[in-house]
Amino acid sequence: MANETARTPVQTTGHVWDGDLQEYNNPLPVWWIYAFYVTIAFAVIYWIIYPSWPVGSGFLKGVGSISYVNQQGEEESWHWNTRAKLLRETQAAAALQRPYYDKIASLPYDQITKDPELSSFVLSAGKAIFSDNCAPCHQAGGQGVIGHFPNLTDDDWLYGGTFEKISESIHKGRRGYMPPFGEALEAGQIDALANYVLSLSGLKADAEKAARGRELFHSHAAACYYCHGDDAKGRQDIGAPNLTDKVWLWADVPGAADDAGRLAAVRRVIAGGLDRGVMPAWEGRLSEEQIKLLTVYVHELGGGK
Amino acid sequence: MSKLKHEIIETNAGWLLVATMLAISVGGLVEITPLFMIDDTMEKVDGVRPYTPLEQRGRDIYIREGCYTCHSQMVRPFRDEQLRYGHYSLAAESKYDHPFQWGSKRTGPDLARVGGKYSNEWHVQHLIKPKSVVPESVMPNYPWLLTTPLDISDVGDRLRALRATGVPYSANAEEYRRNAERFGEDVARQLHIPDAQRNLVAQAQAGNFDGDRSSVTEMDALVAYLQVLGTMVDFRQYKPEDLVKYR
Ligand code: HEC
Ligand code: HEC
Ligand code: HEC
Repeated sequence: MANETARTPVQTTGHVWDGDLQEYNNPLPVWWIYAFYVTIAFAVIYWIIYPSWPVGSGFLKGVGSISYVNQQGEEESWHWNTRAKLLRETQAAAALQRPYYDKIASLPYDQITKDPELSSFVLSAGKAIFSDNCAPCHQAGGQGVIGHFPNLTDDDWLYGGTFEKISESIHKGRRGYMPPFGEALEAGQIDALANYVLSLSGLKADAEKAARGRELFHSHAAACYYCHGDDAKGRQDIGAPNLTDKVWLWADVPGAADDAGRLAAVRRVIAGGLDRGVMPAWEGRLSEEQIKLLTVYVHELGGGK
Repeated sequence: MSKLKHEIIETNAGWLLVATMLAISVGGLVEITPLFMIDDTMEKVDGVRPYTPLEQRGRDIYIREGCYTCHSQMVRPFRDEQLRYGHYSLAAESKYDHPFQWGSKRTGPDLARVGGKYSNEWHVQHLIKPKSVVPESVMPNYPWLLTTPLDISDVGDRLRALRATGVPYSANAEEYRRNAERFGEDVARQLHIPDAQRNLVAQAQAGNFDGDRSSVTEMDALVAYLQVLGTMVDFRQYKPEDLVKYR
């Protein structure tokens, strides 16, 4: 250091600390200065090409432009901007998928599943749409969450597993409702009903209580039969589930540790009722074609009828 | 070597301060003043209204809990974002947001269009314990929202503060009348500051956002807020090429 200073004397700021500490006052390195000028030149070129400076109540539009097709099907263009670019890219991508979506829109459901090329398109595109929109509730594989969201992969359907019913579920959404019986019935009656409901699936239940529950189930006081049917096999028009098929959604019977736990789970549902099972409506949020594609996707998850 | 000219500034604290402020305010002025002058970038769309008292309290909780540290509220005009979240956000959609929640930090997904995407039940379950519905989630649990009663004592003051920034909440009959013309009676009633507490409780009770009608909790407010995000503009009314022209 001492040598260098001796060779090229540089300016100092003139301050001296502790007798010998000085501060150099070097000019900026030449490469740095030029790099700085280059960034200024870049900015000027950028202002010219892209929308930038405000002028009066408008702004400079840049020199670039982007063309896209408007809703009348005419080619139209506007100065370069990200919205126009998006519109153009969306239209280009739609054109690529058009052949598939046109076929999906025009073919009846069962023809779509028979066409191997279309089926694999449905599988890959459907998976992406399902992950973004449905998986947070029905889970990635469609297996659902007991107590909250139904399983879409089994052949047990609340509202029906035909293409038409699945499509209706997605379009309009669903909201199952069962009234709470906690006040209308006594604890003993609810316990009897719970025993009966468990016995319907062949689970362990007190035979005497179950018999009493069976009577109540078909009585006017409880009127369970009105929604769940005389045979307790459910009514798909109102989403009342089949209670005889060992498949549980709201009463966490499979998760209970013992017989007492299973009884308590069913009692809770009967006493508390159900009105939190809300499936949002997707009409308007997803396009018709996306819904049709999802309908086939859900149908093919394993349980379609 | 010649004496460097900026030495005058560098060796004088007063001048340095003035020059720094000048440099910074040029940047600020260039970015901010045009927003007051340019009138063709704010989309003319119907439906955007200020938040109801309940939604606004939900928004306060959203900010208090720092949800914005992981979530943005602006769908950018890119194809991948459009596919995942829906229509890109418009400037008009956040015109009543103070402070806006655009953001660029996304540990979780963008929430600008989350309204109506899920049920109230899902939101409650998800906020209590995200992993119970999205097993791979890294979002924290917010169980206290469900058990903490919502403090509604100062909701009128909060709306008054927003009114001072230009959000059209009404404080008198004349302002109410103007809101009724602009937004319709139903919305205008919700925006009337003297009725804020009553409106808040009524909306929470009718919407039953947290699944328990007996009390108004912070969960009620937050879910009401989440459910309105991005739902005010009906995009079927507008042609995509018309929105392009606001840029
Ligand atoms: C907010 C959570 C949620 C989301 C998101 C959701 N669902 Fe659902 N879904 C439900 C609930 C809850 C039910 C049961 C409704 C009931 O019990 O009345 C349901 C029911 C259904 C049914 C009827 C099942 C049957 O057994 O009849 C289908 C089909 C379905 N959903 C498909 C979908 C598809 C496809 C998507 C994505 C576009 C989706 N769901 C998104 C919660 C959700
Ligand atoms: C008004 C119609 C209605 C009546 C009356 C009714 N239920 Fe239900 N029940 C439903 C519906 C709908 C569901 C499913 C709710 C959903 O999907 O959101 C259901 C669900 C259930 C479940 C949960 C099944 C599961 O998979 O976890 C049980 C158990 C049940 N009901 C038992 C009963 C009993 C016992 C009675 C009589 C005391 C009864 N229900 C009366 C409509 C009814
Ligand atoms: C540590 C970061 C983090 C914080 C803080 C956070 N979240 Fe999240 N959030 C996530 C992640 C990651 C996801 C995606 C996984 C999931 O759905 O849980 C998510 C998902 C969500 C979703 C579902 C979005 C969708 O479209 O699927 C909502 C709604 C949400 N968060 C709301 C909130 C609210 C309200 C708060 C504040 C109370 C909050 N988050 C705080 C990380 C966070």
